[in-house]
Amino acid sequence: MDLKYNPEEEKFRTEVRAFFDAELPTDIRTKLQLGRRISKEDMVRWQKILFRKGWGAVNWPKRFGGTGWDIVQQHIFEEERADACAPPQNPFSLKMLAPVMQTFGNAAQQEYFLPRILSGDDWWCQGYSEPGSGSDLASLRTSAVRQGDHYIVNGQKTWNTMGQYADWIFCLVRTSSEARPQQGISFLLIDMKSPGITVRPIIMLDGEHEINDIFFDNVKVPVQNLIGEENKGWTYAKFLLTHERSGNAGIGACKRALKKLKEIASEQTSNGRPLIEDSRFRDRIAQVEMELMALEITNLRVLSATAKAQGTLGPEVSVLKIKGSEIIQQLAELKMHALGHDALPYVREALEMGWAGNPLLSSHYRSYAPPISGQYFNQRKTTIYAGSTEIQKNIISQMILGL
Amino acid sequence: MEFNYSEEQLALQETLQRFISRDYDFDKRRKFSASSLGYSAEAWTQYAELGLLSLPYPEEFGGLGGNAVDIMLVMEQFGQGLLLEPYLSTVVTCGGLIRDAAPTPMKQKMLPQIAAGELKLALAAYEAAGRYDLSYVGCTARESGGSWHLTGRKTVVLDGASADHYLVSARSSGGTGDRDGISLFLVPRDAKGLTVAAYPTQWGARAADLKLDEVTVGADALIGAPGRALPIIERAVDRANAALCAEAVGIINALNQATLNYLKTRKQFGVAIGTFQALKHKMADMLIAAEQSRSMAIIAAVHADSQDAAERHRAISAAKAYIGQAGRLVGQSAVQMHGGMGVVDELIVSHYFKRLTMIDLSLGDADYHLANFSDTLRQAVSSV
Repeated sequence: MDLKYNPEEEKFRTEVRAFFDAELPTDIRTKLQLGRRISKEDMVRWQKILFRKGWGAVNWPKRFGGTGWDIVQQHIFEEERADACAPPQNPFSLKMLAPVMQTFGNAAQQEYFLPRILSGDDWWCQGYSEPGSGSDLASLRTSAVRQGDHYIVNGQKTWNTMGQYADWIFCLVRTSSEARPQQGISFLLIDMKSPGITVRPIIMLDGEHEINDIFFDNVKVPVQNLIGEENKGWTYAKFLLTHERSGNAGIGACKRALKKLKEIASEQTSNGRPLIEDSRFRDRIAQVEMELMALEITNLRVLSATAKAQGTLGPEVSVLKIKGSEIIQQLAELKMHALGHDALPYVREALEMGWAGNPLLSSHYRSYAPPISGQYFNQRKTTIYAGSTEIQKNIISQMILGL
Repeated sequence: MEFNYSEEQLALQETLQRFISRDYDFDKRRKFSASSLGYSAEAWTQYAELGLLSLPYPEEFGGLGGNAVDIMLVMEQFGQGLLLEPYLSTVVTCGGLIRDAAPTPMKQKMLPQIAAGELKLALAAYEAAGRYDLSYVGCTARESGGSWHLTGRKTVVLDGASADHYLVSARSSGGTGDRDGISLFLVPRDAKGLTVAAYPTQWGARAADLKLDEVTVGADALIGAPGRALPIIERAVDRANAALCAEAVGIINALNQATLNYLKTRKQFGVAIGTFQALKHKMADMLIAAEQSRSMAIIAAVHADSQDAAERHRAISAAKAYIGQAGRLVGQSAVQMHGGMGVVDELIVSHYFKRLTMIDLSLGDADYHLANFSDTLRQAVSSV
């Protein structure tokens, strides 16, 4: 048992850090540091920089153009990414769709779509949830009816993160209603430019447009856009969800948020003294930090056991998802509480770069303050998306505990 | 990085598991606990034969050259089996302290005796009004004529009933609560002026209070420089806390297994109670607590041998605080989910619960260690 990085891994970390120092555009870094909005263009620009370096997909095997990195290297990359304030990459294409396509897709699909994901040319979103199908995903009703060389898709998907930017959407659709709900689902790739698709924004509690409803009205989809076999989509969907959840530990992002929290608590004052000198507040930080220390090791234990067995990720990722989402929420909450009264203002213009400010407010309202309360509100989603905490506990009790 | 035990370590683990199922089942444990000794002398001999008692010592002193991860493995089994023998005090806390800080002649004499199972030790470092503060030392040490004279009291000395020698902290200068001025002495049980008042603990082992009344020991009984023993004691207690973390993980896993079995077999309303979502989710929480606690126990173990006192102390305090809290959750939930069967003496569940609870209260509870860890956050925060 040994928790130390070996010299090669330390060298790798240095290389990654140097790359971020040299190649991450300053304007993007500054936005992330201050918690300002980043655009699709920012994310695509960054994806193209990574692609040129050969680091377009850190979790893919080499034969598909990925880095082929092991789990420790991926962990180091993610830690350094978050610490450097580099944007996350599009998880829907790289971490969710790609593993499905690489495992269950055909050669033509792999050859066409994967390079376009890698280069940042295609933006993907996910079509899973429906208004009537949240936790009970298998009850989904969006239908795909075969007509010659096409499927005709009708229905509605919801909670599409960044769907307003998407070139493509991967969807779970119902192709049969005869057997159990799980047995009539198929996995379909749909061009967002297809006639009959309407995207409607959903504004979240922080006032931001991050998610959408997507309506399908007699949308024609070529049959070659079916992944794997018809009516086997539930198997692929579960495979995808396991991959999605494995990224939900978000150790790098949590570490970055913790660092930021400590900085804020050192800078904000209470009764003239740094807030971090207040043991009641400091103990709350300590409590989250302990949880994060444990999760970092639990995360590596789960991933390394999987890699060692050359197996696929299992229900253990539910443990990572539950804890990771709770920790990021607690950190967001503490950052907000660290601001005290300065958590109250909602100055929308301050969320864009270059806000000149309101002179009186600016005298105490720090540059990092504007997005923080919104982040707390926004982060409530983490214990809800990708299978709520309650669903994860059902998975643990059924799949691990056998209850 | 490596997160698993080695082949060799797994072999030792298997040996211990076999020993527990064959020689240390719950009924036998009950008898050992009720005996006058409070543990099994036979088991102690077997530990010596298995090499457990020489595990963490260098080969030049007859040891096996093991590390804190080996100790983690052993202590996890001590938890699983609820073993009563004074292993923590003798081998880990005091033996480890002697290994790290005692003069060579003392090492040469004592480590082989420990390894052979002929010598048991206990650390007498806490006093009544000091709670968990190791610098709260009112017991005095006065030097005269080449000897030291110790006077004062020590409370709740773990495994203190059976110890042949005590490691006693006493103040040779300064005032109660000062970090400087604390010295450490090896005091034989039969020393003149030493009174040992032994009693059982909540989990059925034995502890003792000590009264020292002008107890005289020679200069060769001194461990470390006079007045400079606190860091030595803190290091030993850190290591003991890492070991307690491992023992707690063993108990947490045992409690989870017992509770899971109960959920699958106990029927109410015509079905196994494990079909109820309220209990499923609680069980899932217990599993998460167990996994996170194991990670923390690993962190504690890999830091236990570290020379960097600040880093070691920080990591181990975090682990002990975390596992104290997680142990509370698992212990209380296990009892709750066993219903009436959780609160009876007959089942092992209540015995696991008691030991797990007392591990939290030993050598600094979760609040104490959380404060330790939290205090380290005040340093090294850069500006925004």
